[in-house]
Amino acid sequence: MSDLRAVPKRIAGPATFLDERLGAGSFVKRNMRKIFPDHWSFLLGEIALYSFVILLLTGTFLTFWFKPSMGEIVYNGPYAPLKGVTMSEAYASSLKISFEVRGGLLIRQIHHWAALVFIGGMMAHALRVFFTGAYRKPRELNWLIGVVILSIALFEGLTGYSLPDDLLSGAGLRVTQGVVIGLPVVGTYLNFFLFGGEYPGEDVISRFYSIHILLLPGLILALVTAHLILMWVQKHTQFPGKGRTNRNVVGAPFYPAFMAKSGAFFLFTFAVIAGLGTFAQINPIWLYGPYSPADVSAGSQPDFYMAFLEGALRIMPAWEINLFGTAEAGTIPLSVVIPALVPLGLIVVGMALYPFIERWITGDNREHHLADRPRNNPHRTSIGMAVIAFYGVLWLFGGNDLISANFQVDLYTTTWAGRILVFAAPALAYAITYRICLGLQRSDAAVLSHGVESGVIKRLPNGGYVEVHSPPAEDIEAHLRGREAIPVLADGGDVPPKGLRGPIGRLRLRMSKAYGGEKIPIANGHPHDGDEHPDMLPDGQNRALTR
Amino acid sequence: MTDNEHETGQPERRTPPRVIGTPLSDPLTGSLPEPLPGAETAGDDHDGDPAVPRAVPQDERKARKAEKIAALCFMLTFAALVAFLVAYVRFQVGGLSATGASHIALGGALTLALLALASGIVIWVRQIMPKYEMVQQRHPMASSADVRAEIAATFVSGAAESGIVKRRLLRRTLLLAAAPLGLAPLVLLRDLDSTGAPVAQLHKRLAHTVWGEKAKEGKPLRLVVEGTGQPIRAADFNSPGGILSVVPEGYEHDLNVLAKATVILIKFRPEEFKPGTNLNWTHDGIVAYSKICTHVGCPAALYEQTTHHILCPCHQSTFDAADGAKVVFGPAARPLPQLPIGVDEQGYLIALGDFPTPVGPSYWERGDAEARVRENGGHS
Repeated sequence: MSDLRAVPKRIAGPATFLDERLGAGSFVKRNMRKIFPDHWSFLLGEIALYSFVILLLTGTFLTFWFKPSMGEIVYNGPYAPLKGVTMSEAYASSLKISFEVRGGLLIRQIHHWAALVFIGGMMAHALRVFFTGAYRKPRELNWLIGVVILSIALFEGLTGYSLPDDLLSGAGLRVTQGVVIGLPVVGTYLNFFLFGGEYPGEDVISRFYSIHILLLPGLILALVTAHLILMWVQKHTQFPGKGRTNRNVVGAPFYPAFMAKSGAFFLFTFAVIAGLGTFAQINPIWLYGPYSPADVSAGSQPDFYMAFLEGALRIMPAWEINLFGTAEAGTIPLSVVIPALVPLGLIVVGMALYPFIERWITGDNREHHLADRPRNNPHRTSIGMAVIAFYGVLWLFGGNDLISANFQVDLYTTTWAGRILVFAAPALAYAITYRICLGLQRSDAAVLSHGVESGVIKRLPNGGYVEVHSPPAEDIEAHLRGREAIPVLADGGDVPPKGLRGPIGRLRLRMSKAYGGEKIPIANGHPHDGDEHPDMLPDGQNRALTR
Repeated sequence: MTDNEHETGQPERRTPPRVIGTPLSDPLTGSLPEPLPGAETAGDDHDGDPAVPRAVPQDERKARKAEKIAALCFMLTFAALVAFLVAYVRFQVGGLSATGASHIALGGALTLALLALASGIVIWVRQIMPKYEMVQQRHPMASSADVRAEIAATFVSGAAESGIVKRRLLRRTLLLAAAPLGLAPLVLLRDLDSTGAPVAQLHKRLAHTVWGEKAKEGKPLRLVVEGTGQPIRAADFNSPGGILSVVPEGYEHDLNVLAKATVILIKFRPEEFKPGTNLNWTHDGIVAYSKICTHVGCPAALYEQTTHHILCPCHQSTFDAADGAKVVFGPAARPLPQLPIGVDEQGYLIALGDFPTPVGPSYWERGDAEARVRENGGHS
């Protein structure tokens, strides 16, 4: 064994070749040791990224056998229960991939699981970014790109699970059609243009196929690339801590440690998804049979990321209006249009606008590279939790029939519970989260001013007992102190500044005062009179303790 | 051990330096060791902040042990991938059990290979590579004022050179030329609808089904059982509470027809009917409703005999079959349309006409079709 003293010839040769042609040296020099801050929550986006890579690889494999055709054939494959059954070529070829291609079932199931992990990973990543305020200037554009990727991915998933043309995917397609045709004014046209005629027509599978394997993945790939480039250029955010400021970035260098760790993380992600694809059966299409618009199985459920739309459809009351009475126009099926558009619209548009709304309310135009701890911006955290509760209720009641069946509750009662909870749960989540955030801020302030409980009980000369508190370790203290008050717009005294006049301006100022400021100040000194903890060790001594 | 230890012993050993449960973000609690040369050369941006710990070389003994473990992991990956290749050749696919065996063998080997490889690399990074953190400075994203000014000047002079501001004719004709360019692809998409019908007439197709078209031609269609294709003799469908899923004869496999014309047939005792049902369209207590839910079009496939409720399993819209299939609960806003039925000379059930209102989900041009029917005295 000998240590490396110079770049080996086998690497130096090609590197020189490339540098003489690309001049990549200065780029590599700048970026080889690029710093990546370390925190478990920074890996959520990587999970999504790696799942997307797996989706591209496995999806390509599946296209080698899949036939996107609604032409009818009689099944004559090895799966006995369906022998002699008339079905579409799409379904027959999906069965072929499952039963006649070695590893086909494995890749199909990996593909489906990877899709779930991809979207779940993106959701978790988006929540991390939201709760830590990592979308703030200068990262608003990258946040927007992320919101668009997430929205596209929902449609990518929808077009994907419609392709096998089994009874379950057909039920999903039928619901999609019912929503499309219900859209005011344009619904009928969209229906005919999408399906090439009346539902189901002969075209929708092949159209979904090109959308699913070319159009949407191409868009996602381009946007993911832009997302990564922006992340690279803007450098990753970091949590506050010892030596970490808004002006620096502290962490492991890209080469070699981060690179190796990321490679390992890709393999872990792949291993988990492969394990799921192997041992956790997903979408056993052969059990469902071919699609027929005359049949459906009870307990039909979409993939998890569509379940919130399903839940919205289920708990919506039966509202429908006819604007022009009996005239052949003006029907708006609110019981379809509202659940299909409002929750998705609220969440997506809300996400897209939030950075800009927050900036407008706080007037904060500075660059932020230190991630907030969620407790330190209680209103933002509460809004996030309210959205999670809203989404969660809709998601849960996408299975209202299963809840009723499993818990022996009347179906109407369950549905009514959903109708109430969809409003009550977000409000409750907001209030509870807000209190929790303030409580956590108080406990931070207590640690900073009183120190950490040491577990040591001391008897005082007067006979009383107290617990010795010692100041927190330096890194903990830096972590806790690394927060700043949320900016508040200055109201300018008697004459409000130009942007704060009129009803909107006054509302802006009121929101700013409620949203911003420091709810629980972390005092530098002791907030109470200094004698409450006479047992606190003197400062010089405690520094020695932490070593 | 007494509670006196704190006074006499070493309090620092019993005094936790951190809040229990908080992460150890700083691996160093001892004195700073000598940094590795690699860490010191850490880019130009390294500012030598003393608060940031430097490289910690791993203990060589531990590193040697870790090397063995990592190597074992890599060997495991190798073995698992060999097993993958063997399984690919050995296990053939076909029936359920053969495919299952191949699937588990391939998937298990792949999972193990990936897991072992990932573990090996992680052990390598964490226990062999030195641990250290580096610092780089951030710079404001915005370019300097000089650069911006230079770009602005270049932009202005370039625009002036091109003459796009000065030459209005050029600018306006260019805009005029570009406008239809966006329309061209939209026009090309017109044939996505392969019915070829005029756009304004598209919705008319939604309002009718094959039942009515054939009845109008004087060749009313028989109702046949979905799946078997058997026609139904009214006299044979005689047990109250019975239900059948029914399709038009001759269209059993035409999905486009089935998506609109599928019907559920329910046998009632005459006294069970409520006013909502059009008794003229029933035959001997047999009533036929569209199976396509008026919410978003799922087949309303479940029937509860005791309450006469038809339930759509997709979104739980519930209809009262005894009362004209009016909505009892759920998101559907309209009753399931009733199909007028009768019998032919041989006693088989046939459709006497079309549904009075469009079946399935609502659409913009539908209007209040139920009110239209009422105004016309029960006919569409």
